[in-house]
This record gives sequence, C-alpha cells and structure tokens, in this order.
Amino acid sequence: MKEIRWHGRGGQGGFTVSRLLGIAAAIFEGKHALAFPAFGPERRGAPVLAFTKISDEKIRDRSEIQSCDYVVVMDETLINAGITSRVKPSCTFVVNTTDAARYKELDGFKVVAVDATSLALEVLKRPITNTAMYGALVAASGFVSLESALKSIEHEMKPSLVGPNQEIVRRVYELVKSQAL
Amino acid sequence: MSKKREFISGDEAVAIGVKLSRPHVIAAYPITPQTITVERLSEMVERGELNAEYMHVESEHSAISAAMGASAVGARTFTASSSQGLLYMTEGLHYASGGRFPVVMMNANRSVALPWSIYGDQRDSLSLLDSGWIQVYVEDAQEALDMMIQAFRIAEHPDVLTPMMVNLDGFILTHTYEIVEIPEQSQVDAFLPPFQTPNKMCFNNPKNMGFSSQPNDNTEFKYQQNLAVLNAVKVLEQADTDFATMFGRKYNGMVDEYQSADAEVLLVTLGSVTGTVRDVVDEMRAEGHKVGVIKIRYMRPFPEEQLQSLTAKAKAIGVLEKDISFGYEGTVYTNVNSALAKVGNTVPKLNFVGGLGGRDISKADIRNMFLKLQRVAAGEAYKTVDFFNLNVETNE
Repeated sequence: MKEIRWHGRGGQGGFTVSRLLGIAAAIFEGKHALAFPAFGPERRGAPVLAFTKISDEKIRDRSEIQSCDYVVVMDETLINAGITSRVKPSCTFVVNTTDAARYKELDGFKVVAVDATSLALEVLKRPITNTAMYGALVAASGFVSLESALKSIEHEMKPSLVGPNQEIVRRVYELVKSQAL
Repeated sequence: MSKKREFISGDEAVAIGVKLSRPHVIAAYPITPQTITVERLSEMVERGELNAEYMHVESEHSAISAAMGASAVGARTFTASSSQGLLYMTEGLHYASGGRFPVVMMNANRSVALPWSIYGDQRDSLSLLDSGWIQVYVEDAQEALDMMIQAFRIAEHPDVLTPMMVNLDGFILTHTYEIVEIPEQSQVDAFLPPFQTPNKMCFNNPKNMGFSSQPNDNTEFKYQQNLAVLNAVKVLEQADTDFATMFGRKYNGMVDEYQSADAEVLLVTLGSVTGTVRDVVDEMRAEGHKVGVIKIRYMRPFPEEQLQSLTAKAKAIGVLEKDISFGYEGTVYTNVNSALAKVGNTVPKLNFVGGLGGRDISKADIRNMFLKLQRVAAGEAYKTVDFFNLNVETNE
C-alpha cells in the first residue's frame, strides 16, 4: 500500500487533491484508494492535512496513516520539526518553494522542490497550488500515470477549471521529469 | 453492461442509497458528521432528481415527529442524525417504534457531550438500544449504501413494521472517499417493493393512532413490539440473500466473520474498525497465530445464536468497542457476555474499550489485544475492562 500525506492551509485545495489522486487510481486505473481529511472542523488559512491511500487490493485498514511514502507540502511555512514523523525511511518530500536550494534534503529525506505558487499565479491568477503539487507528486512517484491524473481533473472539476489545471499538471509533470534526468 | 462506480464519501453513499430507495418524505436537521448526507439529498430534491418532499425542520425532535406523521399516511420516510441530535430525538424514537412507523434513519456515530466532541465513537446509538429500533452497523461506504436500500425493505416488512437505524462511524466512514458501486435503479425497484402500511391514517378508513393504553393491555403491545424485532431476523437474512442474488454483494446477515473457524483467540467488533482487524488477522496468521474476528452487524435484534456457535472453540474472547457504560463495562460486551453465558461459555472474556471521541485504533493496538488474549488464554490474570491506549498513568 502507498500512503501519501498532504500538508496545506484551509482553502488551498489539499483535500481536493487527495481526492483527485484517489480518483485517478480508483476510477481510471482500477486500483483501490481511500482519500480523507484530517478529521475535524474546517478553517480557512489553518494548517490542514489530507491523506490518500492507494493499493491494488481492497483497503480495509481505516486507521491513521503511520508510514508515508510521500509527503506533499503545499506551503513551506508549514515545515516544522514534526513534519518528518510518521514517514517511511524511504519517504520523499515534495515541497512548494521559490528557493529549491534551501531543500537539498529535509532531515536526511529526499526532496523534490517545485515553485508551484508562481505557476499557479501565472495560469490560474490565484495562488491555489494543489494541482501543481499533484503534477509534481505524480511525476516523482509514478503512483498514477499523467493521463489518469489529467482525467481525474476532468472528472472532478468544474468545466471552466479543467483546462488551466490540466495545463498546470502537465507543465509541472514535465518539469519534474526533466529535473530527474 | 459495465457497472457504475463512483469515488465518494460514506455520507454521499448514504444519500445515493436513500435516493435509489425512492422515499416520499425526508425530514432531517443537519449535524456534523451527517451534514453532507442531508445536503446531498436536499440538492437531489431541488434538482428534481428525487421526487420527495424535503421538510426543513427546526430540530431533530421535529424531524422524527414529522417522519412519524408522514409514515402514518403510508409514505416511505427517511431521517438522519448523529450524537446530540440523535439524543434530542430520543422521545420520538420510542414513539416511532411503539407506533410501528418504519422510518429509516442514518446515524453518523459520534461521541456525546460532555466534553463536547464532534469526533466518532459509538456511545450515541448504543445508549439507545432499548428504544425499539433495529440497529445495524456498517464497515465501509459500499455497505452503507447497500444497507440503506435493505433497511427500507426490512423496516417496512409487514412482519416487522419497526423503524431501523443504519449506523456508520463518524468521519472514518462519513468523510472518507472510496470507490463505491452504484446499483441500477431498475434493480433497486425490483428488490424494494413499494411501502404498503396496514396501519394507514386515512379518512376513508379511520383508525385510532398514537393512542393511550391501560395496565391491562400495555404489556401486550410491548410483547408484540418485541416479537416484531425478533421477526426481523428472518426478514433481514432473506433481504441479505436476495440482495446478493440481485447485486452480487452479501454481508452475511446478523454477523460476519473472518478466520474464526479455527481461531484460538477472537476479537468481536462493531463497525469500521473491523477492516483494520481483518488486516491484523492476516498479518498474524502469516506468523502462525490462530486469531480471528467476528463482526457484529446487528445489535438489535441481537445475534445471540450466531455468537454462541462462532465462539464455541475459542480459548479467549475480546470485545472491542468504542463505548463504556460508566460504572460497569461496554454495552456490546454486556450483550455478548450474556449470550455466551447462556450456553455456559466460561472462557476468559475481555472488554477492550477505546477509540472514544475519535481516537485512532491502530494495527499495533489490535495486535496487542490479540497477544493479550493469547496470554490470558494461557492462564495470565486479567481485568475484564481494559481501557487501552490511556494517555495518563493510573493506579491500577
């Protein structure tokens, strides 16, 4: 089972993107997935967590995620000492930052750094970074294909938002893939 | 024909299950974590996808009162609640069961105040076992959807005519998104006949409803009410069988079990934690431990005979529940223990109490329960009630 934890602030779309990944895996790749927020009240601007579990088998385990394969940080001000807890030793962090040099690593964990905010401002004219981080995660992890990720956006989002968000996912995906080479 | 699958939450699955059941009247008051269910249903009515009367009521007490009134004229009726809202309905819950109004309710299991908590446990519905409602507990969103459809058929059956509560764990099920197969409307229509009440409020054939009783006849009413809930056993088992034939999914009626046949120690569970226990059973079986799980689906009627036979070979039994009846033990434990005492099953029986107010129950917690049951089976002393994962030191 693959486990992903999403860190964002209320209003940035962290829970939406946890579902997009679940839709890509479950609807478009025939796998099983669970997507859920950190349970509780929803407050704009407050730190929020969301989770996605992906597996080839039916997912019966409903307990909290204890050992993440990937952690996606949509807002780097959320990085604190606790962020590397409950992760696998092989965990990769995907971080939204304008200063990639700052995150060569994170407490010894591998980091994929992308400037999601600038891209979101360019394409969406708003600092909503969830789909940019989605593209980065998909490129870095390979948990679902780019095609499935694009389809999940079409499946879930309002028609007016589909095009721009697919563009963001595609561009970040290609950027991260090219960095990996 | 390919089957329709959607990636939805437990709350949304309930709403779809209710919609497919074609209720005439929905009367509900929103409360976390049930809110999304009633929002979706009101949207379906607004868009004209669901031809039902959606009654905006000012409280849960009014919701159940309106639901009873609608049921009295022969309408298929749905309500939904949780926690404090469910408790605010309590007077009406007894009224509905005593009046034999087969209202179907979704309850999102949530802690009850004080301390105030919006998170999940099962103390709300378990405190209402004596309200005369049939109670079923589900494990995932698919079962939640499927049980809404079955619930109308069971509750409205002429041998039963008793309201039914479908319980799903707050947040763990209500707010988790997963893949759910959506049944075809035509198949649901074939499975679920229209509601035809023999006790219709009708000008052409007036009857006394909501009546008083005297000491000389009250017991007879209560006797019949008890009989009706017992009658539900056959009806719900038939519904389960017919549902499997029509839709290909079987839930095994009163109880489900996993790896229980040769298990030396058993956990008895209720609700969504069962899935996590199934995973731990697989992991421990791979290491050679003979462990198993019995999932109670129905708390009322209670699966007395099933529990008696399924636990007959175990050397120690644990009841894992998100509930405590203060000053005694968990209510599920009390019920299980009573059933097993009747057949002289005297093996050690422990009551693992936890998951209260939304606390996570991890695989490690469950493994520790199985290991403890093994030690107790081998002769280690034990206390019946075990509050696992306490964050405070105790003198015990």
